[in-house]
Order: sequence, then structure tokens, then C-alpha cells
Amino acid sequence: MTAAAVPAASPASTGEQPGVRLARSRRNAELSLLLLAMVLVAAYAATVEANVLDTVTTDFWIPAAALGLVFLGLHLVIRWLAPFADPALLPAVALLNGIGVGFLRRYDLAQATPEERETLAIFAGTGGRQLAWTLGAVVLAAALLAIMRDHRSLSRYAYTLGLAGIVLVMIPAVLPGRFSEVNGAKLWIIVPGLGQIQPGEFAKLALLAFFAYYLVRKREVLSLASRRVLGIDFPRGRDLGPVLVVWMISLLVLVFEKDLGTSLLYFGMFVVTLYIATERVSWLLIGLILFFGGAYLAYVLGSTVGGPFANFYDRAQIWLDPFAEPYDRGYQLVQGLLTLGTGGLFGAGPGGGQPTLLPEVQTDFIFAGIGEEIGLFGLSALLVIYLLIVERGLRAALAVRDSFGKLLAGGLAFTLGLQVFVIVGGISKLIPLTGQTTPFLSAGGSSLMANWLLIAVLLRVSDGARRPVTGGGGPAARPAGGPPEQLHGAPTEVIRP
Amino acid sequence: MNAPLRRVGVVVMILFGLLFANLNWIQAYKADEYRNSDYNGRVQVAEYERKRGNIEVGGTAFALSKETDGKLKFQRTYPGGAMYAHVLGYKPVNLGDTGIERLENDFLAGTSDQLIANRIKDMFTGDQTGGGNVLLTLSKRAQETAYKQLNDNQVGATRGAAIAIDPRTGAVQALVSMPSFDPNPLASHDTNEATAEYNKLDKDKDRPLANRALAETLPPGSTFKIVVAAAALENGVGQQTEIPAGSSYTPPTSGQPIRNAAPSICPQSEVTLRQAVTQSCNTGFAQLGVRLGADKIKEKARQFGFEQEDLSVGESGEKGGLPVAASRTGEMTAPGGGTDPAALAQSSIGQRDVRMTPLQGALIAATVANDGSQMRPYLVKQLLGPDRTTVYDPAKPRELRQPISSQVAKDLRDMMVNVVKEGTGRKAAIEGYTVGGKTGTAQSGPNTPDHGWFIGFALDKNGTPVSAVCVELEQAGSGGSAEAARIAGRIMAAAIAEGR
Repeated sequence: MTAAAVPAASPASTGEQPGVRLARSRRNAELSLLLLAMVLVAAYAATVEANVLDTVTTDFWIPAAALGLVFLGLHLVIRWLAPFADPALLPAVALLNGIGVGFLRRYDLAQATPEERETLAIFAGTGGRQLAWTLGAVVLAAALLAIMRDHRSLSRYAYTLGLAGIVLVMIPAVLPGRFSEVNGAKLWIIVPGLGQIQPGEFAKLALLAFFAYYLVRKREVLSLASRRVLGIDFPRGRDLGPVLVVWMISLLVLVFEKDLGTSLLYFGMFVVTLYIATERVSWLLIGLILFFGGAYLAYVLGSTVGGPFANFYDRAQIWLDPFAEPYDRGYQLVQGLLTLGTGGLFGAGPGGGQPTLLPEVQTDFIFAGIGEEIGLFGLSALLVIYLLIVERGLRAALAVRDSFGKLLAGGLAFTLGLQVFVIVGGISKLIPLTGQTTPFLSAGGSSLMANWLLIAVLLRVSDGARRPVTGGGGPAARPAGGPPEQLHGAPTEVIRP
Repeated sequence: MNAPLRRVGVVVMILFGLLFANLNWIQAYKADEYRNSDYNGRVQVAEYERKRGNIEVGGTAFALSKETDGKLKFQRTYPGGAMYAHVLGYKPVNLGDTGIERLENDFLAGTSDQLIANRIKDMFTGDQTGGGNVLLTLSKRAQETAYKQLNDNQVGATRGAAIAIDPRTGAVQALVSMPSFDPNPLASHDTNEATAEYNKLDKDKDRPLANRALAETLPPGSTFKIVVAAAALENGVGQQTEIPAGSSYTPPTSGQPIRNAAPSICPQSEVTLRQAVTQSCNTGFAQLGVRLGADKIKEKARQFGFEQEDLSVGESGEKGGLPVAASRTGEMTAPGGGTDPAALAQSSIGQRDVRMTPLQGALIAATVANDGSQMRPYLVKQLLGPDRTTVYDPAKPRELRQPISSQVAKDLRDMMVNVVKEGTGRKAAIEGYTVGGKTGTAQSGPNTPDHGWFIGFALDKNGTPVSAVCVELEQAGSGGSAEAARIAGRIMAAAIAEGR
């Protein structure tokens, strides 16, 4: 914690800008990477058709081209509205999204009868729907970039967003199961006949914006007023309040929405932003102890009391030994492991696997389904792409000059990484399995839209970080509303006692 | 705030490193285990990609695979239906496989090490030649006769078994367990249907899935007298030796008198051993057993194959096969080791705790017919490669044991032939052949009908044994053993007709 006393004062001079000394927009690099990504997606689609249909139809390139057009549109919006945004983000996300669409189309082919396969329309089935969702999500991301010309403007709506986030989290918990429960997890708002959305995906963004704002305001208190125990600074009891509130919320999520993953996600998100804001390891320790203590308590209560804790206890049991009930409770996880194992090092090749044997392959288990076909090497590549996105987000946080931006980008990037960890770790039996979506891969509009919004925020922050301080960067150089008063005037110079 | 941000970056890298390490564990280290796991549906799909070989009897396939356009490419069908079910077993999609389908699974599926040359050839030619074929020793006519005669028995028995073997080799000529079942629904690709059918069969009180010919034992009744007679012949008793008989015998220490099946049987105080066998004289054998003692009888039974727990009927070698239950003589002595004449007397006529499988009965008859040499029973004649020209593992008949000398075998043969000629087993006679045998009627319980047994053999004009058989009709009641003798004769006649 040597940097504890280093202030983020006079942001323009001390804010780090690694590798962005030159104010180059690098939009052409983004465009060529994007083209490369789309070529990969088209190649994936061709391989799938060759394997499943024994022939490559003349239309194989259409989904890739359609995706390419959508992403090209976003690229143009970025050129116009965020010219200094990180050039690696869009192509990396586009590749993941494209592989997701490609795999879902491949799954449609596997489900279709041989006769239907020949005539399966490009825009039909899960794959086609995902393509449409991608269009919607990208439009949403572009709209956010257009509305939010400066990420600091978000802080003005921090309390509104915080409230909205909590409401979004709570709705599924209070709704009757009929309107909120899918596969044992109460994470949804189901409008019968219309569809379903997963409000938690959006809540994640809203809550993070609130956390970032709240912590920027409170960071001095939280990081300074402390008591030293065993060489570690612990915060005062009354400052623990907000943390405990979030802890309670995440435990309520765990119990009433029967979802460990979301709970872990919210709590991890909060603790890490708290840590970034205060630079105190003690917060991490407190957070870890609270979370694991809570999870253990839920486990013990689940085994003795049952009731709302039983679901968590069940999941922990399955995790400990999925092969104990391979056709019953452990079925999903066992099939996921077998699917991954069957893929082996190199996989069966796109289209060469049997995704229909794996339940929930289009959502929770998509990473395993893809893994059967592209093997350990392919999955490692996907993990590297995720890691690239996360680290690029953290890099934007490092480079941006204001504390709110740092917390926002750092928190969002970490949340994305944590979500990947929770779901991929879950399906590969590293941690207990919970129903999370795999960002950009899983079928489903909510997840796709929320994660594209997340990327839009990261793009916006990275644009702010890399933009030359003296401006001149086109229309985007003029922040829509200007930074809010309290952030401008906040005393960030801190002297340690 | 940059230092913690950097650390968060490191944390994310560690988390992803854990994911990567774990994926390595699953996709590299555990890959083979998971790929070939029983729970992995892909194994099944792969298994059904290659055409499974036939199981054939006398040139006709009774288990074969037909191409379908479903997800699983081949449907296993059993044209013989219930007639061959207990031998062939079945190869279901979701249940455990049984019988020859299980025993020769690797060869039928084409994954056996013996077929590696075929698979390598396929790799170069791009063909899928399919699995190998299994040829059985069964005689089509004998099997058909055994199945039909047993199921149409004239005493109304609903459970029973018949098995015929070639005494010279041990090759099984017929093997039927009644009631039987149709294996086709069990092999259905609709796993729900298959499971429902299995559950129905499993719950049936007559237990059609049980193989009564090999894996179930019952009290053998008078058929066990052949074992006692063999022990007597080896202990100074000849065919013409007079042994004590009478209309009733009460062993010392027990108030329960042993009587004969009818008052006309050996009422005189002494009969020859030959007469005792021919008429199935209970009082004579009870006293003979008490005179010989438990040890001699148990030892003789053991030499005939009683108490053997690891016999199985499959290939002629030791590869394993359809499981065979151990036949038992049970305790014949008093607790503490003293003599118990009552137990000994009852055991000597195949009651009390004596239990025998139909296979064991057929083996006793076969041993007698084959000059005292007991051949190891087997079902697989040979394995035939996918090309139908290469022969693998042709059966090599092997002697299992030699329970009796040639002289004792000859005496027993004479007496058993007499049973069919003028005694209780007359219905087993076959025109132009010398048939010998022994009937058995065993009490099944205080209020249930008796079991009917017959063990026997057929010799051709030169005295060469051609077939040995055991038929058992569970709770057949009066006339059961005579009906068993009649069925046994028909089965042996069919085996002879096919062999000619």
C-alpha cells in the first residue's frame, strides 16, 4: 500500500496514461481487427456447415456479413462520437459475439431433422434470434455513446441508478415463482406470452455506477478512519454500514433468488470497487470473510433447516460430487464435464460435436458446448479474449483522469471478468455451478444488451482516458453536461496521519 | 487508485489462470476418462455408428442390426423373439446388456483387440466394415423343440427350464428358460419404452428375466440318486447287489418315515441296486445313503460339479460367460458334526437342502454317457470376422473333470437305460437310439405341487453319446417327471435329427 498516500489530485498531471502518450485514435486498427474477427466468424460458419451438412452452402457467409455490418455501424459511431476509444475492445467483443451466434446456429442445425437442415433459414432459430438481439444490443450501445458524451455525467444520476438497481434486483425475488423462476433460479421477470428479461444483468451496471459515485465521495472516511489490528487497518464500525447492507442484499439474492452466482457477482463487484477506492486490503479480507462465512452459513442451514437454503445446499452437494447422482441432480454438471472432456485438446471441430446431448447448451453451458468442438486450445483462446477485454477495461481505468471514471471502468471490467469466472468455473466444477450467462456467447437478449452497454461505458471511459487533454477531438471533446460540481471540488489530496 | 487497479488486474489474471488450469485438468488429464465414461451419451452414439455383428445359430441370424434414420444409426433386432432370449441376452440403449450380447460385446461391436487389423484397414479404405459375428453351438431344431415343448407342456407348469448338451464336447444344443421374454422392446431406441418394458418384466412374479437353466436351483429329487448310486458303485455295491428297501423307512433319531412314490414300488425288504434305480426306490436309496455316510455322498456330488461357484457358460476357454449358480448338497450332518441319519436319508433322495441347476443335471447325465468324462459346457462355436471368412477363437472342447471311472459310468449307463426301457422314464425313448435317464419328483413345499425332473442321454447304434439333457418343470404336480421325460426325449430327438 505504498501508493496509499498518492493522490489523484490535479488529475491532468498525475493520472496515468500508459501507452497513450501519443494522441492517436487508432480507429483504422480497430476496423482491420474487426474485419479479421468477422473473417474468423465466417470461417467458423463454413466449418460448421461442412461438418454438419457435408457441404458449404452458398449462404454461409450471410450471418457473418450481417454481424459485420452491425459492428461496422458501431465502429462508425465510435469514429464519430468516441474517436479515442480503445481500439481492441470492439473487435474482441465482436469476435465473441460472432462465435456465439455461430454456435447457436450450429445448435439449431443439430436440433433440426436432416430434411429441415437443408432449408433452415439463416435468420431462424436461436441463432437468428441472437443475431437480432445483437443488432438491438449494438444499437443500444451506440445510443449510450451518443447520449453519454462524458462518463462523468453518469454520476449525476447515481442515486437514481442505485435505486433502480436495487429495485431491479428485488423484483424477481418478490414476484411469484410463476413470473420469475426458470430452472430453479428466480432471476427473471416473465411477462406471459411476451417474453422474459433478466433484470439482474442491467442492475449490475446501475449498481456499479452508484457504488462508484458513493465510494468516490466516501473514500477518505473509509480509508482513513480506522483501527489497527494485527498490522491491518480495519474501518470503524459505523463505516461498515453500507458494506453490510450490500452484503445483506447479496445474501437475500442468494436465498430468495436461489442464485449463488449473482450474489457472488454483486458482492465481489462491491468489495473490489471498495478496495480500489480505499486502497485498503482490509476491505478485501472483510469481504471475503463475510462472503465465505455467509455461504458456509447458508450451506449449514441448508443441510439442517432446509427451506430457502436447501437449493444452495443442493448445489454445493452436486459440486462436491456430481457423479453421485449422474442421472439426477448432477446430470447437467456431469454432462458438461463429459462434453468438455470429449473435446479434449483440439476438439471435434466446429460442427463435429453433439451439443444436443448437453442440457442448457445454448445458455449456461455454451462454453462447454463450444469447448467440445474447439477443444482446450480454442477455449484458451476464448479465455484470452475475455482477459483482453477485462485488462483493456482496467487499462482505461488506469489511464482515465477522474476517480469516478477509474472506479466505474475498473469495477465494470472486473465484474465482466468475475462473471466469466463464475460461469466458466461453474461448468468446469471449479466452483459450485450457478446460472449465469456467459457474456456475449449465451443466447438471450438481456445478457447481450447489458454487456454491450457495459462495453459502451468502457469505450466511453477509454475515450476520455486517451483523449488529448487540450481537446480538439471533434464533437466528443465537449462533454455534454460537464463534470458535476462535487467531483470537481472534491478534495482528493490526502495526507496520511 | 492505480495500485489497487493493477492488483485487481493481477487478481483477474489469477482467476483466469485458475480457469485455464482447471480446463487443462478436464480437457487434457481427465479427457479420456470423460470421453469413455458410461454416462457419456456420445459413447453410445459412437457404438451405434458401426454396424454391430450378428449372433447366429445354424446359419440364421437371431440377433442383428438394421439401419435406421434416427440419431442412433442401427436398431438391434431379435428375429427369434423369446425363443433365444436367455442365450442371446439383449443389447439395450440405456440398460445393462446381458447374455452373449454382453459376453461378446467387444467382438460384436468391432472394438475387440482381435479386430484391430480390420480397423486399421478401414482407416485406409474409409469403409466401416462393422463388427464381428458370433456363431453359437445351439441346434436350431433342438432349441425350437425345447422352447415349444416346454411352453406347451401337458401338466400346466408355467415355470421350468430345459438344457441339452453334446456329452462328447460340452457344446450346448438347447437352452430354454420358461417363461421367457421378447428382447426386442428392451432394445428400443425409445429409452422410456425400454425402461418401462424392463420394469414390467422385472416385477413379473414369474421372473421371466431369470435364466432358470443356469442360474436357479431347485431340489433335484430322485435325479440325485444317480450321484448316490455312483458313490455306492465305488464302495463295493454292484448293479445286482441286494440293498435294503421296503415300503417305508424311518431313520433312527427321526420319527418321519420315508415312503415310496407308490405302494407298488419296492415293497419287498431287499431289492437290487438296478431295480432300485429303475423303479426309483426311495426307501432303498435312503438306507443306502445312511450306510454310505454324508462324506462319501457329498464328495461324490462335489466331483460331479456340486458346490462349484465360478462356472460360466460362454466360450470353451475361461473367458467367462452366462453365470451359473452353484448346486448345493447342503448339510447332511447334525450340528456339531455327528451323524444325522434323518438328514442323510432325505438328502440321498434329493430332498432337504440339496439344490441343483438344470445344467448340473444335464452334466451328470452327460458324464455318465461320456464314459465318466465331464466336458466343459460352452455356447460359442466360433467368432467370425466382419468379412465372414476369418475365424477367431474356434471352440476347443476341454474336459472339466472326471467324476467317475469308465466302469462306474458303464454301470450307471446300464441302469439308466433300464429306467427308460422299463422304469419311470419310458416316455423319453427315441426310435433307433438307446436312451437312458432318471426321473425326479421333488417336494417344493408343504402345500405346493411337486417339481418334475428328468435327466438323460441318448446313444446312437455304436454306443456313441449324441445328446444329454435335463428338463425341469417347476411345481408341475402329478405326472411332472413323466412329462419332463417326454420333453427330454423330443429335445434329444431334435438334436439328433439336426446333427445327422
